[in-house]
Amino acid sequence: MSAYRHRWHVSGGLTVAIAGGEVVCRPSGALWLESAAALIVADLHLEKGSAYARRGQLLPPFDTADSLTRLGAEVEAVAPRTLILLGDSFHDGAGEGRLCAADALRIGALARGRTLIWVLGNHDAMGPRALPGERLAGVVMAGLSLVHEPGFGAGSGEVAGHLHPCARVSGPGGSVRRRCFVTDGERLILPAFGAYAGGLNIRDPAFARHLARRPLAAVLGAARVHAVGWRSLRGD
Amino acid sequence: MDAQVPALLPAAFADWFAARGWAARGHQLAMVEKARDGRDALLIAPTGGGKTLAGFLPSLIELSQRPPLNAPAGVHTLYISPLKALAVDIERNLAAPIAEMGLKIKAESRTGDTGVARRQRQRIKPPDILLTTPEQLALFCAWEGARRYFEDLRCVILDEIHAIWPSKRGDLLCLALARLAKFAPGHRRVGLSATVDDPDLIRAWMARGEGAQVDLVTGAGGAPPIVDVLLSEGQVPWAGHTARHAMPEVHDAIRGARTALIFVNTRFQAEFAFQELWRLNEDALPIALHHGSLSAEQRRRVEAAMARGELRAVVCTSTLDLGVDWGDVDLVIQLASPKGAARMVQRIGRANHRLEEPSRALFVPANRFEMLECQAAREAIAENALDAERPRRGALDVLAQHVMGCACSESFDLVALHDEVRTAGPYRDLAWEDFEAVVDFVATGGYALKVYDRFARIVKGRDGLWRARNAETVLRHRLNVGAIVSPAMLAVRIAAGRRMTPGRKIGEVEEGYLELLEPGDTFIFAGRTWRLMGVTGVDVLVTPAPGEEAKMPSWGGSKFALSTFLARRVRQMMSNEHHWEVLPGDVREWLEIQRDRSAIPSTDEMLLETFPQGHRHFLVCYPFEGRLAHTTLCMLLTRRLARLGVGPLGFVANDYALAVWALKPLDGLDMADLFAQDMLGDDLEAWLAESAMMKGAFKNCALIAGLIERRFPGNRKTARQVTFSTDLVYDVLRRHQPDHLLLRCAREDAAAGLIDVARLGELLARIKGRIRHMSLPHLSPFSVSVILEIGRQTSPGDAREMILAGAAEELIAEAIA
Repeated sequence: MSAYRHRWHVSGGLTVAIAGGEVVCRPSGALWLESAAALIVADLHLEKGSAYARRGQLLPPFDTADSLTRLGAEVEAVAPRTLILLGDSFHDGAGEGRLCAADALRIGALARGRTLIWVLGNHDAMGPRALPGERLAGVVMAGLSLVHEPGFGAGSGEVAGHLHPCARVSGPGGSVRRRCFVTDGERLILPAFGAYAGGLNIRDPAFARHLARRPLAAVLGAARVHAVGWRSLRGD
Repeated sequence: MDAQVPALLPAAFADWFAARGWAARGHQLAMVEKARDGRDALLIAPTGGGKTLAGFLPSLIELSQRPPLNAPAGVHTLYISPLKALAVDIERNLAAPIAEMGLKIKAESRTGDTGVARRQRQRIKPPDILLTTPEQLALFCAWEGARRYFEDLRCVILDEIHAIWPSKRGDLLCLALARLAKFAPGHRRVGLSATVDDPDLIRAWMARGEGAQVDLVTGAGGAPPIVDVLLSEGQVPWAGHTARHAMPEVHDAIRGARTALIFVNTRFQAEFAFQELWRLNEDALPIALHHGSLSAEQRRRVEAAMARGELRAVVCTSTLDLGVDWGDVDLVIQLASPKGAARMVQRIGRANHRLEEPSRALFVPANRFEMLECQAAREAIAENALDAERPRRGALDVLAQHVMGCACSESFDLVALHDEVRTAGPYRDLAWEDFEAVVDFVATGGYALKVYDRFARIVKGRDGLWRARNAETVLRHRLNVGAIVSPAMLAVRIAAGRRMTPGRKIGEVEEGYLELLEPGDTFIFAGRTWRLMGVTGVDVLVTPAPGEEAKMPSWGGSKFALSTFLARRVRQMMSNEHHWEVLPGDVREWLEIQRDRSAIPSTDEMLLETFPQGHRHFLVCYPFEGRLAHTTLCMLLTRRLARLGVGPLGFVANDYALAVWALKPLDGLDMADLFAQDMLGDDLEAWLAESAMMKGAFKNCALIAGLIERRFPGNRKTARQVTFSTDLVYDVLRRHQPDHLLLRCAREDAAAGLIDVARLGELLARIKGRIRHMSLPHLSPFSVSVILEIGRQTSPGDAREMILAGAAEELIAEAIA
């Protein structure tokens, strides 16, 4: 296996090369395209808690505020010109209707002074109705093709979400399961950003379909992103 | 025979006893008398004393004298057992006296395994005696017809009450009993218990409300048990938990017995001992294996063979602590540390159910500290001195489940329910605020952010009464009743072909069983050696690895810690040189070298040693407070040492001792300061909040309280999927509402069960001003036991980031190579 090109970024993130360009995987799970001043997050699954509550499981109703607060901190940190939400931003089509006023204001603040793009996903195929921002099926930017589901964009340079990648890394005396970015050098899949979004182990066959070779995992630590190779990864 | 006997026993019963050549025992008659006087009673008697019959005798007499009825009667006697198998077994045992005396009494069991037809019939036509489990009773209480179904109830019998009262299942049971007392105020309560240290705790637990009395009936003690400790002269190892050295002697003991039960402390130990015994088993004695990671079907097969008298020995874990009586067992062998005296007495009680003959037991220590522990346990049992328990405080997650169940059954008034709940022993001191918080949680989740009113699970009507929202809510609650959160099971399958597809299934293991193993490692399961290939979904893939040396992870990882009581006796024995005479020569010599090279602490002191070893500096101390309290102490000590700039590198703990090591010398530290009691403040909270243990405890509470559902109508979400989502919920809840009810519950569970904070607090108070520090040039004989544990245990939660960093370093190495 040949090594992937990667290096530490001052932010604690990891700079990796995809299809010739460079992107920064941030410890929050957001992707930073410095050349285009664009910040990308995938799979927010806003209002997942209330979606469960509606069916009788009263999960803590703080997930939307939690996800938006973390997103707000990222926007503050890098001041992007464009903010791209890479699909499944709401857990279901009715989610926007359950949004409380404070959270709607938070989204309004995120859109102010920059371009906000809602890439459509499978959970939110119509996109929001009343919230600010553009609704698009995909975005082409800085030589990259940004879509929700992997396999829909161009093979090389595709950046997607949808699969919620997670890595299990084991060391002496135990193992750790964390969200991660995963890339084969040509394509990249973002971790889910939403507080209640679950994860799929990147050793699952669903990933192999979209990757040309054994990938590099950029695993989210507490304050930095760790580059982890295939040999250190475990199944669940 | 006693003169009052005819008055207590009707002729049919007296004849029945006489025909069998029996005389009714004193405690059996005493229970009849208590029933006649309408008294609640707790019977404490050793196994083999006819305890179950004593419990049922009054009900059988009452039912035999019942006048003919116009309408079908409801349940007369409700029997609750902690085990399904026991309820079924008692049903069989009751059939004999009922048939032989020609009584018109119907006794039937009802468990999770009972068929639908029988369940429905039982609802319409209740049996006179219903035998069931706490979970089934909780289900009954969540049923609309509950009040009418139990209105004729005359008696409740709680079997093996010693095993159930100090647990969440006990909380759930006690709340259901409080309900029954409302449905049928006239019924009696009967508790049946093995010998315990303090019967008053159980009496308070089962008493109906403040000031109510439960009479105590004590059965005559049987012959005292004969307990031997295997001395293995000259061979007892310094460290380890396997007792490999003693296997030939254990095999000899099995050969000399009719049937032996061999208790061990962990599942891996069970597998190991089973393997070793078969290696020596040239005469092919039928020896079987029984532990909680084997599939239920495998366990039932072993139990059935045992009941038929086909086995000479069973190697088992606590899975056989309770259960069906096997008359043929005449020897109990405890392999490795007994941990506590009370559980040992109950285990020994599994041998020889004839009261007049003594039970025989053999303790097999696996190392030198365990030799002290086994001797201390033997002496405690001889003196009939047992471990003390603490009074039970009911868990609020269980209360939440009960409140929901009440709402499913009928509408309730808040104040009346609070009063009712406080008649249950564990909830006697339940504050109104806590009760309100529980009801608020059941209704809308108990969140500071009030957004779920429209999704409320229980609602208050115009009449001021609370009821379940709708039929679906009721159905979902019933699917999730119970206070046992069973871990997810994985199927162990032989990997087939080059692509490693799951093939033939060889058994099931609990998730977590293989946690310390890496793909490629070999391990023993179901008596054979396998290589772990990987885990995919719900399958563990293995290939046979016959003849290979199996890896033995987590030898000390017993779920029981050394009891406070036994620990104190070990410390006393150690500090008194005259007492050393009961020990074999090599162990005495080991104590003498320890005395000469370092020190033997007095009973009240804690010995602390510092010494260099390899390129490290060690701090080893010997509190003898059990692995849980020691591990917690290690976590807190390493945080302090890190702040002092000493740079601790790691730690290890067992039941007797703990060791911390660093690059710099540790001799110069102020030990009194290091062990100061204030470490149980912020450091503890900060560490606990991040720990995996809290997440595990939270998951259990969330499942019991009904925040997360285990089962849905129609489809089944696997426990593996549940695991992940509760971690996310925990993180979010902790950030946004740290004082939420379920976080409080999880913290109490973790503090009590997983990290033993109370015991750690007592330890720090005990050793204040009594730390005996020995600065040594090299390691001491005592320290060997704990130093040899290094590398065999899991690393602390704080090391999680280090695992990631370590993997990243490995990648760099991969890249350079």
